[in-house]
Amino acid sequence: MTTPKFTLALLALIAAAAVPWLGQPYLTRLATSVLILGIAATSLNIVVGYGGLVSFGHAAFLGIGAYTVGILGLAGLHSGFLGMPAAVAAAALAAFLIGGLSLRATGVFFIMITLAFAQMLYYAVIAAVPIGGDNGLRLDPVTFGSRVSLNQQTSLYYVSLVSLVAALYLCRRLVLSRFGRVLRGIKDNERRMISLGFFAYRYKLAAFVIAGGLGGFAGALFANLDAYASPELIHWTMSGDMLVMLILGGVGTLAGPVLGAAAFQLLQEVISSYTKHWMLFFGPLLLLIVLVSNRGVLGLVFREARRDG
Amino acid sequence: MSLALLLEQVLNGIQLGVMLFLMAAGLTLIFGILNFISLVHGSLYMLGAFFAASVYGWTNDFVVSAVLAVLGTFAVGIVLDVVAFRRLYMRSHLDQVLGTFGLLLFFNDLTLLIWGAEPHFIAMPQFLSGSVPLVAGSRYPIYRLAITGAGLAVAAALYVLIMRVRLGMLIRAAASNRQMLGGLGINVRRLILLVFGLSAAMAGFAGVMTGPLVAVQVGMGDAILITAFVVVVIGGIGSVRGAFLSALLVGLVDTMGRALLPHWLGYSAGPAVASMSIYLLMAVVLLLRPAGLFAAGRA
Repeated sequence: MTTPKFTLALLALIAAAAVPWLGQPYLTRLATSVLILGIAATSLNIVVGYGGLVSFGHAAFLGIGAYTVGILGLAGLHSGFLGMPAAVAAAALAAFLIGGLSLRATGVFFIMITLAFAQMLYYAVIAAVPIGGDNGLRLDPVTFGSRVSLNQQTSLYYVSLVSLVAALYLCRRLVLSRFGRVLRGIKDNERRMISLGFFAYRYKLAAFVIAGGLGGFAGALFANLDAYASPELIHWTMSGDMLVMLILGGVGTLAGPVLGAAAFQLLQEVISSYTKHWMLFFGPLLLLIVLVSNRGVLGLVFREARRDG
Repeated sequence: MSLALLLEQVLNGIQLGVMLFLMAAGLTLIFGILNFISLVHGSLYMLGAFFAASVYGWTNDFVVSAVLAVLGTFAVGIVLDVVAFRRLYMRSHLDQVLGTFGLLLFFNDLTLLIWGAEPHFIAMPQFLSGSVPLVAGSRYPIYRLAITGAGLAVAAALYVLIMRVRLGMLIRAAASNRQMLGGLGINVRRLILLVFGLSAAMAGFAGVMTGPLVAVQVGMGDAILITAFVVVVIGGIGSVRGAFLSALLVGLVDTMGRALLPHWLGYSAGPAVASMSIYLLMAVVLLLRPAGLFAAGRA
């Protein structure tokens, strides 16, 4: 297990664990949101990277996770032991319904349908006055027992860090398992896998549901970070942003989504410190990245490195 | 609900449907020929409205501003094809989505920079303002009837172009086999350029026509883009006729849903369900006919 990659990951983990010790609340908050976005992008990567299914509606699951925590809070239930699993379950159920319908179609159809269903949820939420409508829903961060509350920045940071590591571990195990091999087989040649006797639809749906559940978990963490369930989490640009993170880091790689999330957040911070029209520069940059490389910035860097060495 | 109100809503629904068709027809043409998904289509709709608002500000002439705005979006479509789309056709759908997403972000921010965040308004042309009598003493605005008619005229022209003219024959041929068409000595690249310009102009035209009815502002194209996707999915990808029927269906369901559901379900649940109606329609279509309602005949 002492490959260079493993050593690198360990060093990154130690560095990440040290962030709250710097005692800079702004930095810790930024790092927390990178971690949570990393979880969200990792969950999307299961569908897009390994399943080859371009889902443009992943924000729906973030939103459902966040609003589950918020609605339980309205009912006076603030325990994280209840809230977090409930968020995962609700998002997975939604993924089962949305995926069950969307996966009947393929290609461009699938992209448009997932986008449309997520946007349906967005419109439903902003029209639903009892859960705050377009103002969103204020909430109290959940607590784990009497000692740990995600109200505290440091607790939330470490919970997010541990969750991200667990999510990456889960993703790796999933990809290397028989299930993951079948899934990648379907991505490469669906017709052949069906001829071999695999129910491609069921495998794709299972991947979609797992990704949705994990997305719900990330959404619940977001709700705790902001003490607020925002309709913006469901907005379709959020789905787009997560896809952008994948392409920035590298689709279908384990570390890609996390690095992509960090790169995305960093780019946003840097460009918007110069101008408020950050998308004016980011949009063309994105187009350029897509045109130059389809293996992400990471892929580009590693390819260059390999050429040099 | 009175007959007059019902009739008014039906006419509104048809008007929305015709505008949606102008968007969806372009999307489905591009998809049929190139297997290409573009998110920039909503931006072209928005640009059409903004171009018209600006030209109207200088000339105070609606017709001139409409014509210039449509020509403007045609030109933007051509430029987009040369600069970006041409390099994206052959790529994966993920690349197409991300590349055009980047362009969409760019156009939204550019529009914000040039025209500002406050909404713009386009005045209705003098000769189209006013209303005509409907049933039972109620009246209906001429402008809405006029843009419905204009949209239907474009739809008819598109039908003639695709089914009755040599250029349309080439477009249909490109949809069924692009390489073969190129092998027969047709300049496919120029043909595609034209299709992009045409679909951009239709989106721009929809934006111009809708302009006087709504506030012209940044992001106005995003919502209609997603609704146009719903139209394309229901109609069956690649089918222009399907897009037409499905656009009318979606326009009617959306308008009637917003008018009727709050009456039936009360004012708290009604609007929420109404905003979901077209997506629920899409879900039902997917359950029954996953390839869309009119997918049988392409082109």
